[in-house]
Amino acid sequence: MFLRNFFDKIKPNFSEGGRFAKLSSTFEAFESFAFTPNTVTGGRVGASYKGCHIRDAVDLKRTIITVVIALLPALLFGMWNIGHQTAMAYGLDWTFLYKWWFGFLRMLPIIVVSYVVGLGIEFLFAEIRHEQVSEGFIGTGLIISMIVPVTVPLWQLALAVAFAVVIGKEVFGGSGYNFLNPALVARAFLFFSYPSHMSGDNVWIAQPFHFAGDAVTGATPLALLTEGSSLNSHFSVLNMLVGTIPGSIGETSVVAILLGALLLLVTGIASWRIMLSVILGGGLMGLLFNAIGTNEYMQLPFYYHYLMGGFMFGCVFMATDPVTAAQTNAGKWIYGFLIGAFAVMLRVLNPAYPEGMMLAILLMNCFAPLIDHCVVAANIRKRKARWHLEVSK
Amino acid sequence: MKRIDLIKNPLSKDNPITVQVLGICSCLAVTAQLKPAVVMALSVTVVVALSNLIISLMRNTIPPRIRIIVQLVVVSTLVILVNQILMAFVYDVSKQLSVYVGLIITNCIVMGRLEAFAMSHGPVDSLLDGIGNGLGYGIILVILGFVRELFGRGTLWGYPIFEKLGLYNIGYENNGFIIMAPMALILVGIIIWIQRRNCEKS
Repeated sequence: MFLRNFFDKIKPNFSEGGRFAKLSSTFEAFESFAFTPNTVTGGRVGASYKGCHIRDAVDLKRTIITVVIALLPALLFGMWNIGHQTAMAYGLDWTFLYKWWFGFLRMLPIIVVSYVVGLGIEFLFAEIRHEQVSEGFIGTGLIISMIVPVTVPLWQLALAVAFAVVIGKEVFGGSGYNFLNPALVARAFLFFSYPSHMSGDNVWIAQPFHFAGDAVTGATPLALLTEGSSLNSHFSVLNMLVGTIPGSIGETSVVAILLGALLLLVTGIASWRIMLSVILGGGLMGLLFNAIGTNEYMQLPFYYHYLMGGFMFGCVFMATDPVTAAQTNAGKWIYGFLIGAFAVMLRVLNPAYPEGMMLAILLMNCFAPLIDHCVVAANIRKRKARWHLEVSK
Repeated sequence: MKRIDLIKNPLSKDNPITVQVLGICSCLAVTAQLKPAVVMALSVTVVVALSNLIISLMRNTIPPRIRIIVQLVVVSTLVILVNQILMAFVYDVSKQLSVYVGLIITNCIVMGRLEAFAMSHGPVDSLLDGIGNGLGYGIILVILGFVRELFGRGTLWGYPIFEKLGLYNIGYENNGFIIMAPMALILVGIIIWIQRRNCEKS
């Protein structure tokens, strides 16, 4: 237990009156990152920081780490897929391991930038406010790096992360107080600021190193559909299920995402109600469009929507974010259902936004408190009626 | 209250946009570039100042029950005058501002100052108050216009400053989000944040 001894030794320096008292938040963050603290989040007497997402004895850090582990299958697959797409597009004969290694090298700067910028700002705010550093960004940072195209310019990513952490989270008081999912705020910022780097056909395939020729382009299934070209000539259902298609880094493989979903559901960290209702909502909206069926996009079988773009990733990892989702059980059903429905609706009806999932989740994030309020109010009315109390208007 | 405060306060601690949160609509709409923002700021300043002066002169003869109508007539007259002048001298900007010049009539700052100040104060004070509030509105517009045009288009007053600096050659790109109205609102929020922080300190 060398690490424990080390932390115990340097701890007095960071306590009140110690040499580095100003850095106490930073110290606390590293200490509790390495060791489970004796206290659980939200239970600290006198601390201003209270997360609203903790309902049992699991510390927030453990929660976030579970999410990170759940993200790993999609992340590892995404890395391999970066190499795979490049190899396919440029006609290169790469081995399995080299594809993965190429993807890893491409992915590394994105993850590093995302974490360094995001955590830097988190630490800064924690020091200014004399609070503990909140762990929320460990998950957010990884998610951000997984929902961007592999070719995203790093300075734009840094700007987006800074925007998401400051405007999406810290102005509202930090983790647990934000009403929008910070990862999606970062993506939305990139999408609206630099649309040429976030959509279109040029951004999904990384160039091999030391490559001087013209870049090869590759369209995502959603982009193909928006252009009105046929999907089946490019991708089979199996392609899209396994995820060997162009797309944002972590979102292509439905199988890998479902592995993560399984872990989240077994540990009870994500709400099965939200996941199920998102899928129901998307499916029903897809069926509705099938029934209308005035163009080829509308006639697309409804389950295709689960396989394309960020639908499953958003459904599993972002719609279920306990801070920004609805809290009541009935509210979760409504919230999830509307996310699925809006996502498919935006995709099909608005060609300017090929990816509807991001906007659907952000929209419902805004409405989640209202949904909760209505559910609670309805419950109170019902109970009053049951006991024949006066029902207030 | 000293007369200088009538001009000074709206610029900082009693700012119509960041403290009273009035006139947000036009402040989001016309600040995508610096030039329309400055023209709009001047127009609103003229309208607020003159309508404050006129209403203050008339305040004892206006029957209270129809005062809003009277105020509106005065404001509309001034706005039409401003609109005609803009069309005559800076036609391109008046095209850019489009309906927002006409909408000065409904700008909450104008009606707010008439109701809250001009109806109960003398003409000189009212004129100063109008100028102060117009400038307070204007200063936020100019800040927004400056930031949004610089980072959204890479230009200032139409001059391609980022291009001359060679920023595009090293991979810089204009930010499309900052041109949109939501980002203007976020920028207003950031200005309010900074201002509150300064107020807390002092």
